[in-house]
Amino acid sequence: MEHGNSRTAEQARRFVEICNACRYCEGYCAVFPAIELRRQFTSGDLSYLANLCHDCRGCYYSCQYAPPHEFALNLPKAFADLRLETYERYAWPRPLAALFRRSGLAASVLAFLFTVIFVWLAKTPLSAAVNPERAGAFYAVIPEGLMIAITAAAFLFAILALAVGLLNFWRDTQSPCAADSSSFLSAFSDSFTLRNLGGGGDGCNNRDESFSQSRRYFHHALFYGFLLCFASTSTAATYEHVFGWLSPYPFFSLPVSMGALGGAAMLVGIAGLVQIKLTADPVPASRLLLDIDYSFLVLLFIAAGTGLLLLAMRTTGAMGALLAVHLGVVVSLFLMLPYCKFVHGIYRAAALLRYAAERPRRARGAAPATEGIVQ
Amino acid sequence: MIESCDVLVVGGGNAGLSAAITAREAGASVVLLEHAPKAFRGGNSRHTRNLRLMHKSPTATLAGGYSSSDYWRDLLSVTHGKTDEHLARIAIDATAELLPWMEAHGARFQPALKGTLGLSRTNAFFFGGGKALMNAYYAAAERLGVTVFYDTEVRSLCLANGMIREVSAAPNGASSSLRPKAVVVCSGGFQANIEWLREYWGDAASNFIIRGTPYAQGGVLKNLLAQGAASVGDPTQCHAVAVDARAPKFDGGIVSRLDCIPFSIVVDRSGRRFYDEGEDIWPKRYAIWGRLVAQCPEQIAYAITDAKSETLFMPSAFPPIRAQSIGDLACKLGIDEAALKATVRNFNQTIRPGKFDPGVLDDCHTDGIAPPKTHWARAIDEPPFIGYPLRPGITFTYLGLKVDENARVLMQDGRPAANLFAAGEIMAGNILGQGYVAGIGMAIGAVFGRIAGGEAAKVALG
Repeated sequence: MEHGNSRTAEQARRFVEICNACRYCEGYCAVFPAIELRRQFTSGDLSYLANLCHDCRGCYYSCQYAPPHEFALNLPKAFADLRLETYERYAWPRPLAALFRRSGLAASVLAFLFTVIFVWLAKTPLSAAVNPERAGAFYAVIPEGLMIAITAAAFLFAILALAVGLLNFWRDTQSPCAADSSSFLSAFSDSFTLRNLGGGGDGCNNRDESFSQSRRYFHHALFYGFLLCFASTSTAATYEHVFGWLSPYPFFSLPVSMGALGGAAMLVGIAGLVQIKLTADPVPASRLLLDIDYSFLVLLFIAAGTGLLLLAMRTTGAMGALLAVHLGVVVSLFLMLPYCKFVHGIYRAAALLRYAAERPRRARGAAPATEGIVQ
Repeated sequence: MIESCDVLVVGGGNAGLSAAITAREAGASVVLLEHAPKAFRGGNSRHTRNLRLMHKSPTATLAGGYSSSDYWRDLLSVTHGKTDEHLARIAIDATAELLPWMEAHGARFQPALKGTLGLSRTNAFFFGGGKALMNAYYAAAERLGVTVFYDTEVRSLCLANGMIREVSAAPNGASSSLRPKAVVVCSGGFQANIEWLREYWGDAASNFIIRGTPYAQGGVLKNLLAQGAASVGDPTQCHAVAVDARAPKFDGGIVSRLDCIPFSIVVDRSGRRFYDEGEDIWPKRYAIWGRLVAQCPEQIAYAITDAKSETLFMPSAFPPIRAQSIGDLACKLGIDEAALKATVRNFNQTIRPGKFDPGVLDDCHTDGIAPPKTHWARAIDEPPFIGYPLRPGITFTYLGLKVDENARVLMQDGRPAANLFAAGEIMAGNILGQGYVAGIGMAIGAVFGRIAGGEAAKVALG
């Protein structure tokens, strides 16, 4: 993996060397204590640091070397640019890495393609009335075996590709072979609480020097909404295949209420995150990664939106068409997971695990503190 | 621009904002003029990291206790008595009240740091550093209704009979005048004014690196001294350390600092050593090396060491220059090759066996060379050899305005000015006439900024 000396990596390395001499930001988040453990930074180290960064931008606004200073230190942007390179570097199969920068287009094409496939697979004309109250109504439109086969294949492919990517990341950053359970616990809690997002406790800097918790809350809404939708699907699958209870389920059943709540939370979270991005200070943002952020958010928005629409209209004649569209979008989402912004969560969690595993080294190597420009 | 106000604050660093916020909270209308554009606002405060506070018992951000008398003793030891005890004790005692005030105005502090050269007991560290503190203060000032003008240099203050009548400023280079009821000057020293430094240092001053803001031109200081304000502090003196010669001319701040000298030899460009690099522990010798390098030809020197010492000191923002042989290193650094080889050979041969310990004054020293290296002397023999170029780095100057306990500027006849106050670096020389102790500049700025702001509001509001 000979990408470590790209211009992006060189710039990140230069910035990190300055940070390592300064260390004023060491209270902000995990990135700075991780920098302080090192004196020279390999491309793997930089990849680890870039993925450890939660992009809260606190360090940018407190930086005495931020542009227009001649050092033009802009760690959030440098790390975001580098993250995109690492996403591409670790992607599997490698040629599909090209999809990252076209993830919006790729997802649209896939969604359209799979919608057509599902329409084509439909047993009956989609407009034909299916009694939606009848158990197995969805399968009356699209045959069960095919629906499951296609979605499961897409999902399993995504899992495989993500796992290989994760392995590539872990290897490239020369992370330890093993981590103890407390490291896992700590990485898990850091991931689920976003502890490092505005680690000072005041939140992120979105537009300027002022702090806000809004990004954390909207990200939580999106992330936990996504998990609820996932839980909804898993519960439904269990109902069908373990208990033999066929969908559609009533509104107050576990799968439907979790799906509805999760879908709504996702929509709220996405709307909030898009609004934050639209009004954010562009200087510490990566233009390239921003496009990819928007593509992913739009894809999730359509997935959640079509799901909610399907729920709302499942008793009408539109159900068949909506089912085909929603399935098409979901299959496209699954297939795109390894080639879109979704991967940030995988690498971020892995970087947090590595950070937790480095704890003994940090405890040993209490570096001398700097004291300001005079001492 | 606004033509009048109750209190005009000149300079928007720690002292200026402390004064502006205090005056505004006392009910005065306040205008603050900052020479720098917004991106570089805050003077040298944007490069600071902590301030020194007395406290009776541990706090969330300070370990142990640090009594008023301990604080005074530390100040006395660095100034060698060049301090006004009355003002110093006012500053020290008032630091006990600073933390809650600062926190109420948006300041955030790091939890007490461990293993920070003993500073966790005496100094509170700003979360994110001085620029983050300045951001918080500017936000607080604007919330309170202080009017801030950036890019606005004050050209002159018209001082007649101990009274400021008019202040001429240059917003974005244009010219404008104000008639405030009271004025607080917090515009720092003159360390960024190379021409002024040249008066005392000659041509050597052109090779100085200014560690902080380029806006510390000393214009207000010079203007007031010329109109009969009393001065304090030795005008020829400045705090000077050795910094990485590759640092920017201005605003390089903390990252150009080099702590490698005790573990190196330092030579001038002809390859000769000129001072005992291991004379004492580094914090005690840190501030003499600026002057030593300033006395070298072309004001440049080079710290030379080898692979085994590289991790003993904080990294500089600039990677060291590396070479596989001393000769190559000399070429890369531009030092006389034969002379450097001879110096290193000679140094290595005169080292007495000892037990190396970077944490204490160990017994590794040379024998029979001049100057000696009295501690941490180890042979420079393990490639890659590393070198750092050094220049004098000026932190601040000591010349200032003499003030009384109300931060009122004193005239040469000893009488206080009626409506002119000073806080921060421009008057720190009253308390810190020599030397330095970490975090005292910010402490003086915060305490006297608050005093000056309060007194100026009193004068303005009658």
